[in-house]
Amino acid sequence: MTLETVARAAGEVVARDVPFVPGPIGTHITIRSLTKYFAGTPLYENFDLNFPKAVIVSIFGPNGCGKSTLINMIAGLTPIDDGQILFDGKSLRDTKIGYVFQNYREALFPWLRTVDNIGYPLKLAGETPGEVARRVEELVASFEVKFDLRRYPYELSGGQQQTASIMRALAPRPEVLFLDEPFSALDFEMTLFIREKLQDVFMRTGTTMILVSHDLEEAVYLADRILLLTKRPTRIADIVPFEAPRPRTTATLSDPLFIRTKARTLEIFQREVRK
Amino acid sequence: MHDSTAARTLALGRLLPLLGPLALFVAWDIVVRVHWVSPVLLPSPAATLGALFTGMAGGALLGDFLYTVLRTLEAFAIAAALGVPLGILLGSNERTYRSVEFLIDFFRSTPSSALIPLFLLIFGVTDINKVAIAAFAAVLVILFNSAYGVMNARKQRVMAAKVMGASRWQIFRDVLIWESLQPTFVGLRSGVSMALVIVVVAEMFIGSENGLGHRIIDAQQVLNVKSMYAAILAAGILGYLLNVLFLLLEKSVVHWSGR
Repeated sequence: MTLETVARAAGEVVARDVPFVPGPIGTHITIRSLTKYFAGTPLYENFDLNFPKAVIVSIFGPNGCGKSTLINMIAGLTPIDDGQILFDGKSLRDTKIGYVFQNYREALFPWLRTVDNIGYPLKLAGETPGEVARRVEELVASFEVKFDLRRYPYELSGGQQQTASIMRALAPRPEVLFLDEPFSALDFEMTLFIREKLQDVFMRTGTTMILVSHDLEEAVYLADRILLLTKRPTRIADIVPFEAPRPRTTATLSDPLFIRTKARTLEIFQREVRK
Repeated sequence: MHDSTAARTLALGRLLPLLGPLALFVAWDIVVRVHWVSPVLLPSPAATLGALFTGMAGGALLGDFLYTVLRTLEAFAIAAALGVPLGILLGSNERTYRSVEFLIDFFRSTPSSALIPLFLLIFGVTDINKVAIAAFAAVLVILFNSAYGVMNARKQRVMAAKVMGASRWQIFRDVLIWESLQPTFVGLRSGVSMALVIVVVAEMFIGSENGLGHRIIDAQQVLNVKSMYAAILAAGILGYLLNVLFLLLEKSVVHWSGR
């Protein structure tokens, strides 16, 4: 999945202007020759990566390596200096994405009731109020929401607000769901709840998910692959698979495979930090 | 027992804001009674409040009060109608704002009263003149606050709308305008205070026949201090009430503010 593998598969050295090299079958997002400079120094330079479809990838790496910048560039929130990012061969413009921010307080719109926040992306897409209401009902049922959605976001607890943000991100049935440290502002109880809900959604819909995390256990627990990044200029340190069956539960946390994967991930991480 | 103590503490707490004004009136009364200040310069609080009440209950003071209210609201309405949309527009295009920023800051910093003679040349000694200069004083404060409200919109809310596929116009309509509401209300509140200040000054010096400013300066000329103090108090009450009104309005419109 690294630049080298892609190049080897194509039997040539990949340079900036060579024709686009597609990823292997089952690839969802292809990143080619991605380049991003910050204040004159490279953060990403000729960065290549494939994200497989219907898979949860966790991104983990040292502080400042640009984990969030990477997903922000893929989601079109941070402009890129050079390169190409395609979703099933389409551009971002033709792709439905969902994005969950770490800071739910500043991600939801406090002037809209929670139910209207959740329905907002559907309204943007031109759906009728009836269609919007039906979809929100579906989400309420699947998330087993017990709080009053007629309330404003600031009247809800942090966990309830983040649940609402996730519902909003999922409302348009996105092809890719980006999650930027979605649990780091939540208490442990709420983290467990939302983790289960995300896994639930994933098992039912197979939505490709990309999760940025600064918590190793969390990064491993939900993921099918853990993408480990190096210090800047950022490259791929390794991609560690974690193939424990789903649904994963708290029992997974003491499963030997989980512990082995976590240890291996930690080892690579520490190697990269010390470099 | 415990509950009633708590209730009594609460009731006392409610009365605390009255303590300051009460102390002021007592001190004022003492000063007058012991003749520390000549009664020609300072009437007793009871006499002043009496003049205030009879004046406001259908006396001449009420008429002047209403003229000042009318002019202030006219000036404010013009300033708000120009300042809010223009501020939001300029704020959503930061490059344009930067190009006029100096002008806005310069005239915002210029005391509007310094422009009264200029406005006299343009509008003459008319009612329009008073309203125009007060509107001018208020419009820049309002514009400035609305513009900064848009420019300081929470980046993440804009990003959230963008990632959901909102167009530039939809981001403007669904996020930027809402984000600017709270600072806009700050601007409106400062603007209405500014308008009142300038209206009262204009009523004093631009050959006025009515209004609180006119009443204050007229009473001063003939040393009718009771009437003068009553008019000053009326102006103070007006300013205070306008401020409270806008705070309440802000609280009900921008219900999410500070939460």
